[in-house]
Amino acid sequence: MRVGLFVTCVNDSLYPRTGRAVVSLLERLGVRVDFPTAQSCCGQPMFNTGYRHETEPLVRRYAAAFRDHDYVVTPSGSCAAMVRDNYPRIGAGAEAEGRGTELSEAAAGAVPKTYELTEFLVDVLGVTDVGAYFPHTVTYHPTCHGLRMLGLGDRPRRLLEHVEGLELRELDGAEECCGFGGTFAVKNPAVSAAMGSDKCRAVARTGAEVVCTVDNSCLMHIGGVLAREGSPVRPVHIAEILAGTKDSVR
Amino acid sequence: MSRDGTGVPHSGGAAYLGMPAFPRAAETATRDDRLRANLRHATHTIRAKRARAVAELDDWARLRQAGAAIKDRTLRHLDHHLVRLEEAVTRAGGTVHWAADAAEANRIVTDLVRATGEREVVKVKSMATQEIGLNEALAEAGIRAYETDLAELIVQLGDDLPSHILVPAIHRNRGEIRDIFRDRMASWGRPAPEGLTDRPAELAEAARRHLREKFLRAKVGLSGANFMVAETGTLVVVESEGNGRMCLTLPETLISVVGIEKTVPTWRDLEVFLQLLPRSSTAERMNPYTSMWTGTADGDGPRVFHLVLLDNGRTDTLADEVGRQALRCIRCSACLNVCPVYERAGGHAYGSPYPGPIGAILTPQLRGLASPLEESLPYASSLCGACFEVCPVAIDIPEVLVHLRERVVEGGEVTIRGTRTTIKPAKRHTAERAAMRAARWTFDHPGALRRGQWILSRSRRLRPRRLPGPGRAWTDTRELPAVPAESFRDWWARTRGGTA
Ligand code: SF4
Repeated sequence: MRVGLFVTCVNDSLYPRTGRAVVSLLERLGVRVDFPTAQSCCGQPMFNTGYRHETEPLVRRYAAAFRDHDYVVTPSGSCAAMVRDNYPRIGAGAEAEGRGTELSEAAAGAVPKTYELTEFLVDVLGVTDVGAYFPHTVTYHPTCHGLRMLGLGDRPRRLLEHVEGLELRELDGAEECCGFGGTFAVKNPAVSAAMGSDKCRAVARTGAEVVCTVDNSCLMHIGGVLAREGSPVRPVHIAEILAGTKDSVR
Repeated sequence: MSRDGTGVPHSGGAAYLGMPAFPRAAETATRDDRLRANLRHATHTIRAKRARAVAELDDWARLRQAGAAIKDRTLRHLDHHLVRLEEAVTRAGGTVHWAADAAEANRIVTDLVRATGEREVVKVKSMATQEIGLNEALAEAGIRAYETDLAELIVQLGDDLPSHILVPAIHRNRGEIRDIFRDRMASWGRPAPEGLTDRPAELAEAARRHLREKFLRAKVGLSGANFMVAETGTLVVVESEGNGRMCLTLPETLISVVGIEKTVPTWRDLEVFLQLLPRSSTAERMNPYTSMWTGTADGDGPRVFHLVLLDNGRTDTLADEVGRQALRCIRCSACLNVCPVYERAGGHAYGSPYPGPIGAILTPQLRGLASPLEESLPYASSLCGACFEVCPVAIDIPEVLVHLRERVVEGGEVTIRGTRTTIKPAKRHTAERAAMRAARWTFDHPGALRRGQWILSRSRRLRPRRLPGPGRAWTDTRELPAVPAESFRDWWARTRGGTA
């Protein structure tokens, strides 16, 4: 089985720790991963802001980079959702504009093999206990795209519940959006910030040391508000928690 | 409150015109602590109740699919169903009028009321008449329209605008309502009783007495409708207070203004919606007052019935393959009650009687991308998808939002008043378009991407607390993330020996 890592542009540039965590986690589970360097961005920032045509080269790029892989694993719920939900739409759009089926075919190849990390662990590898150790109190925020577009359900929770030393704290209003929303965060900054500070208040009420999600873009926003408010709560991507072992405790 | 030459007070649907774009209006609302508290309390209460009411049915998902399918099927052949509807209404003694836009609908209704010689009408709560600004048009003609729904009454007396589909005065709390009743009822009819408190029972009693006079006196009733059954020409109004029943049965003349998309072909289709609507909207298993009438009947209810079928941008919306799903909407307001943006921005920021997620996709389609307000509405969402999840007719609101964003920034083919036209990209997005293009180019050239990352990591120690220009929108309330010394790509190349 050939597994490719789609690290995503945000993780590549700003959160390489998360990418490294995915590699060490999968290797610990006996999966050899591969990082095709032709990959870049899934195109979500452009697509969601209305620039569908600008995303087309990135759809092609993604499909070509992972052409020979059986699985593509990504530590981002929203990028996985972008591929799964929107690549076929981009293909259909090009067809409707009379530009042939090439993009649709690229999408059709990419969609079935793309998995968000927790989906890959639970559904493909069939594990919920990844042998991790993380001696902290953690609250889990289910990101909107993971929750509603991918339908991750309780997969992330099941993985977290099996982590040794980890105590999970319930988050009030967990299913409510944190207010990031890509360019929404700068196009509607007041509402975005109001949503962010409500989310952070809920996080603070849990008393957890760590807030965890399946997406670093949401964590960038939540963490940005927490830091500005001087909160001691640390934002940590789920991959980094699952990659933790007794030897690597920070 | 403004007064025109006739001395008729009117609250202004016209006030929606020229409203600022969403982000600015929303920002003002986020600073209003009382508004946010009122909205939070109200929406969270209805939200939880809806979830319980929906969870009671194990076939909810199938009902929802059926609702969407019936609407889609009907919309595909809407011309046919409308003709059947017209025939049935006419057969049953009603008169059907067709209105292409708001001005035409207002003219038709004004003329019909004038012809009765009456100067007062009672109104059932109706979204369509708010959409066209009927009250204001009537006021211009010297005709007073009395809102009889409790929340609409509060809005009207307060010279205010509705901010929610189901609960138009959701932004008001009990104390504010008491003040409005005490100060304003007298200029509209029976004054509020002495010593009125903010107890809900007292407030409801004051409204009841104030309205009762009007019901008993009115010779003309105005309504919208939730559904129109084409096979029999039957109109259906779904309400909770009984005021609608009064308006629909007591007056001699009844005029209903209804959007053409409210048509359902048969009673069997109606059955699906009478299950979907109350659970989604008021979280009730069954709706309290469901009034249905078919034309006129001797000695029972109004003797004259007019139906004004309203287009006002609906046919244009229907021409858009992605956007047309917005016409499935049954105005339950479930999407408003779960929307985190609506909860913080309030309904007025959406600049139309249709607030929240549905307003963000409906207003720019009905009105066209006519002004900065309409252009800003498709962006009034974080695309969290909570609206789609609860919508009883499965409108994929995020999909339509993104589709409309594309219309804003790329322009493209639209239908305006029945004519296919190509619209230009909105001007204010020029800088953004250049940035998106540059980003795409960089992402499509991994060598350039790597150089960009290298520059970013070299300047990591600069990490400013406040960015200038558009970046300020981020750093005003949030820290920037720390930039790592090495990108993932570089780490991979260094440790795994791959070539990047
Ligand atoms: S869009 Fe859907 S949820 Fe929103 S008001 Fe219409 S029917 Fe209800």
